[in-house]
Amino acid sequence: MTEVNEAPEGASRGGDVAGAGAEPLLKLRGIDKHFGPVQALYGVNLDLPAGQVTGLCGDNGAGKSVLTRCIAGAHQPDHGQIYFEGKPVHVRSTRDASALGIETVYQDLALADNLDIVQNMFLGREQLRYGLLDEDSMELKAAETLSTLRVTTVRSIRQPVASLSGGQRQSVAVAKAVMWNSKLVLLDEPTAALGVVQTRSVLDLINRLRDHGLAVMVISHNLNDVFEVADRIAVLYLGRMVAEGPAADFDRQSVVEYMTTGTANGRPYESAAAANGKG
Amino acid sequence: MAGVKAGAEIAAVPRHRALWLRSQAAVRDLWIGGVLLVLIVAFSIDSPYFLTRANWLNTSSTATEVLLLAVGETFVICSAGIDLSVGAVLGVSGTAGAWVMAHGFPNAAGAAIGPIAVGFLAALAVGTAFGLLNGFLVAWAGIPPFVVTLGTLGIATGFGYLLNNGQEISAIPPSVVTFGNANLGGWVPVPVLITAVITIWCGLLLAKTRFGAYTLSIGDSREAVVRAGINDRRYLLEIYTLSGLLAGVASILVMARLGAGSPTSGADDNLNAIAAVVIGGASLFGGRGTVIGSVIGTGIIAVLLTGLVLVNVPPFWQEVAVGAVLIAAVYIDQFRNRKATRR
Repeated sequence: MTEVNEAPEGASRGGDVAGAGAEPLLKLRGIDKHFGPVQALYGVNLDLPAGQVTGLCGDNGAGKSVLTRCIAGAHQPDHGQIYFEGKPVHVRSTRDASALGIETVYQDLALADNLDIVQNMFLGREQLRYGLLDEDSMELKAAETLSTLRVTTVRSIRQPVASLSGGQRQSVAVAKAVMWNSKLVLLDEPTAALGVVQTRSVLDLINRLRDHGLAVMVISHNLNDVFEVADRIAVLYLGRMVAEGPAADFDRQSVVEYMTTGTANGRPYESAAAANGKG
Repeated sequence: MAGVKAGAEIAAVPRHRALWLRSQAAVRDLWIGGVLLVLIVAFSIDSPYFLTRANWLNTSSTATEVLLLAVGETFVICSAGIDLSVGAVLGVSGTAGAWVMAHGFPNAAGAAIGPIAVGFLAALAVGTAFGLLNGFLVAWAGIPPFVVTLGTLGIATGFGYLLNNGQEISAIPPSVVTFGNANLGGWVPVPVLITAVITIWCGLLLAKTRFGAYTLSIGDSREAVVRAGINDRRYLLEIYTLSGLLAGVASILVMARLGAGSPTSGADDNLNAIAAVVIGGASLFGGRGTVIGSVIGTGIIAVLLTGLVLVNVPPFWQEVAVGAVLIAAVYIDQFRNRKATRR
């Protein structure tokens, strides 16, 4: 759809802030995960800095989902350590992840279709007043969040989610994720099955999350979208992190080669970060 | 860093506007109330006996037992389940309550508050136990609700018959019957009052509390509920337990009205209760339904049952009418939904 922008307005874009600057918000070191005899992740390292969008790429079965679920608390790694804001943490459940400020928007969104936008955004975190649901204040807060993210196309925040377009649904799911003082948002295939205009609006939304200072990880098959929004790119190949670095280090050709062979031009990724990623 | 601060573009929906939007949705869902009014007017025109005190007392006492079952069933159906056992649980609970009173206190006389309390508690306990069993099997064993409650329908029916070889038990303290047929000012039977209080409480529970929100959400998208970190199994267990408990309450009112605990007393109420909920606008796929809708649905069924008799339609046509209304209501509802989502 759009060409790769070399110098867009996003301030931190393409920089090498990750390695040189402050401690990344989330650090994975040596994450192993197996399911029975199947090893899904081998010693994966990954940095997710605040205020940057990291694109996680990989072919089917490369371990993208497992890695995401390890961060989100849906799986526990067998070995390895997760650091959040520099401190070692154990993320044993999605509740733990939420408490830290990690929210995940899965590809299927898991929205309740018959419920309206407000009910969906507050599912599991309803605000109460005298023991009853406080609809007014939930409405206010939902409207506030949506307008901050400039999700302004919905007709009413009281309309059922079933009546929304794909892009609007994605926006609601993202708004739901960031409403709770989130610091890191994991987006699983946020633009899959969306049309051109809808994709544009979701990518704009991702840019806005970055502008708000959140760390964002986008898992995507769509390299157009990855190059469009990512400041950093990480590539998984058969459960190993074969490349991780500033987006400027990559082009579409090299990402495809890393995804399919684990190397580019027959050579492994050369940044120091990648070398640790092996076994 | 935590990002999202107050913006001002679409800001909030103004309070009155929000209320309007919510009530609009409510009105849309209650078109069926118009059908109830039309039925009442039609029967009143057709029969001079319809709008009388005798008919009100008769209709309301039929309606209370159906309504209590329907209220419990509303929660179950909103959670995308079904409870086919409510009628049978009503039967076994009432029989068990009467059995306890007849065998535990064979010579109870006077007000007999103690024996009655024990008997009523026994009925509630049996109803609750079946609800817990349903809920456990649905939530933890993962057996589809249709199968679980079809099974407990059989189990409850069988136990009801086993208690007294299939006979009803009428050796209960006479004051039970006094209680069941008492009314306030000649117009408000005590069972109706009790049912009204419970129904209003449950209406608030479904519409205004976290429990209600989770009931609807579980029915709509269990995945969303699980991912939100909500203990879906605990809520399912509570939903089915509520249904069983309300069947126990209904069994007490039926026993008190008829003066006996009968294993067959709820046999017809299954269809009526489920029909009432569905006519009231709840979706069998879960996620949508209101207690007020079920009240109106129950009203339609109760009016049909008694009205048809008053206009001299042979009583066997009652069941036919309820079945036909059920199918029509679901069809109209589907049609409306298709239009609503296409918009």
